[in-house]
Amino acid sequence: MIVPRKLTAAVFVALLALTGSSVGAAYLDLGVFNTILALAIAGVKASLVALYFMHLRYSSKLVWLFAGGSFFWLGILLALTLNDYLTR
Amino acid sequence: MKHYLNAGYSVGSWLLTRDHKRIAILYLLSVTFFFFIGGAFATLVRLELMTPAGDLVISETYNKLFTMHGVAMIFFFLIPAIPTVIGNFLVPLMIGARDLAFPRLNLASWYLFTAAGLLALGSIIFGGVDTGWTFYTPYSTTYANTHVFLMAAAIFVAGFSSILTGLNFVVTIHKMRAPGLTWSRLPLFIWSTYATALLFVIATPVIGITLALIAIERLLSVGIFDPALGGDPLLFQHLFWFYSHPAVYIMVLPALGVVSELVATFSRKRIFGYGFVAGSSLAIAILGFLVWGHHMFVSGQSMYAGMIFSILSFLVAIPSSIKVLNWTATLYRGSISLRTPMLYAIGFMGLFTIGGLTGLFLATLGIDVHVTDTYFVVAHFHYIMVGGTVMAYMGALHYWWPKMTGRSYPEAWGKLSALIIFIGFNLTFFPQFILGYLGMPRRYHAYPEEFQVLNVLSTAGASILGVGYIFPMFYFIGSLFARKKIGDNPWGATGLEWRTSSPPPEDNFRETPVVTEEAYDFAKAEEPELP
Ligand code: HEM
Ligand SMILES: [Cu+2]
Repeated sequence: MIVPRKLTAAVFVALLALTGSSVGAAYLDLGVFNTILALAIAGVKASLVALYFMHLRYSSKLVWLFAGGSFFWLGILLALTLNDYLTR
Repeated sequence: MKHYLNAGYSVGSWLLTRDHKRIAILYLLSVTFFFFIGGAFATLVRLELMTPAGDLVISETYNKLFTMHGVAMIFFFLIPAIPTVIGNFLVPLMIGARDLAFPRLNLASWYLFTAAGLLALGSIIFGGVDTGWTFYTPYSTTYANTHVFLMAAAIFVAGFSSILTGLNFVVTIHKMRAPGLTWSRLPLFIWSTYATALLFVIATPVIGITLALIAIERLLSVGIFDPALGGDPLLFQHLFWFYSHPAVYIMVLPALGVVSELVATFSRKRIFGYGFVAGSSLAIAILGFLVWGHHMFVSGQSMYAGMIFSILSFLVAIPSSIKVLNWTATLYRGSISLRTPMLYAIGFMGLFTIGGLTGLFLATLGIDVHVTDTYFVVAHFHYIMVGGTVMAYMGALHYWWPKMTGRSYPEAWGKLSALIIFIGFNLTFFPQFILGYLGMPRRYHAYPEEFQVLNVLSTAGASILGVGYIFPMFYFIGSLFARKKIGDNPWGATGLEWRTSSPPPEDNFRETPVVTEEAYDFAKAEEPELP
């Protein structure tokens, strides 16, 4: 499956715009929401990369399983590390 | 007859090869080289510890010796050895494929490994590293005064080599199995290599990122691990062990697969409880990610986290003991022949059990507070890594040597060295359990006099062990010049690798094999050619 050039370009522009908004958001003072907003923007960017640049959107179930697996493992890393930090 | 070894003699035909079998040989040479580098450092460590006074080297040098021993052995021998040598050679052969899924990527892995090896050698030659193989901050950051950066770069690059190998194996095992070779018919070595490959892919990036974070902190002064900049040193340990506990299973899982093959062939019986043994490899791989905090019990992590990690660590014992119990059940009423590879397999079973059980002692919070950072820990992981992984690696080399070279090794010498290794190993490391229990800390070059007898025993054992490793080097090389060739299936084993000629032709099989029965169906196997 070859992703159309136009779509790739559009995703690229979207990523640049989101990067700009990350920088912009850093200048606002939203308290705790600064972090949440920054992570949300980063999450959207990562999904775009995974879905279009890494072709996940057009891939088989098996590839989705592997991609999901890596996020699950990232979850393990975060959860068991916080299991220490949040109970100190 | 044409085969992969005589298909070309030029240097280019080796250095640009895409044949998984030749790449396996390249890896064999590389990891053997690092085994001897690591061994040289170990020799110096053991020599220093013969006497209580720190007289052979000053403490700074001693710190470097044990660090470089650990780095060479772990990152450049134990992690790559079985997957890249035995696995590279056998994965395609065992599943009836003509090569790995990405042959060029496979060669690229070896080049990355070589580049990493050169970086590591560079760091050693320029004066070495003294942080311990664990690179704990702040030794590796604020207080670093050795070539940490170069060594970290070496491990970073070696990590990419592992990731690419893992990726190659995962895709190959999913996509390139011969017709009829369903998952439930796969040899157990393939199952454990598959589990290892998953670990390579999932765990290795974390150590890469962690080492990169160190570089970022040092170069850009971003606070990550350094409290003065707002970072947290324990975060380093969390990230490091998130990789490095799974990495200990990267070292031992392929060994478990090898032992399953050896036990089946030399008992001429299907492995008892095939499904459980296969599944336990995956279970070990997954559970191995949940226990890393057992390396941090006294580091200052929260008491609650310590308890959780302690309980989770106990879970890993279940799939590990499934394997040992099922091998034992396989031996029962088997037609056992004690050839050299089988001696290594049996040695493995005993030593791995001791190593694993003492792991449980260490996973027990209260006991660990007493023995952490003592020689007890050193003995524990050497029982697993040397008594387990190196034993299995030696067993694998002997078992598949006829397939790799078309020659057999001298059986009497083989048995003798297996015995020497077993005796030397126990003499080296058993005293260390006692030393640690009595309170001798690891990583010091001097110690109180009452520990001397046990230390001398350990050093004596190490020299016996060294002899045991040198013998096979000579007779393996010697066997290459022997006239006598050996048949294609000398052990009367099952498995597709034995159905092709020895050494195998360049594209492995003259016709694509079709699989119609389960693994280890010895009722249909040929009789062993060797008595
Ligand atoms: C099966 C393969 C295993 C290998 C290759 C292995 C290897 C290692 C290594 C390298 C260390 C020392 C790290 C360091 O501090 O420098 C270690 C420590 C430890 N291992 Fe294992 N291990 C294995 C199995 C187990 C098992 C099954 C358990 C428990 C369920 C276990 C529990 C521990 C604990 C608790 C420590 C930390 C001790 C301390 O620092 O106080 N290990 N192991
Ligand atoms: Cu561990």
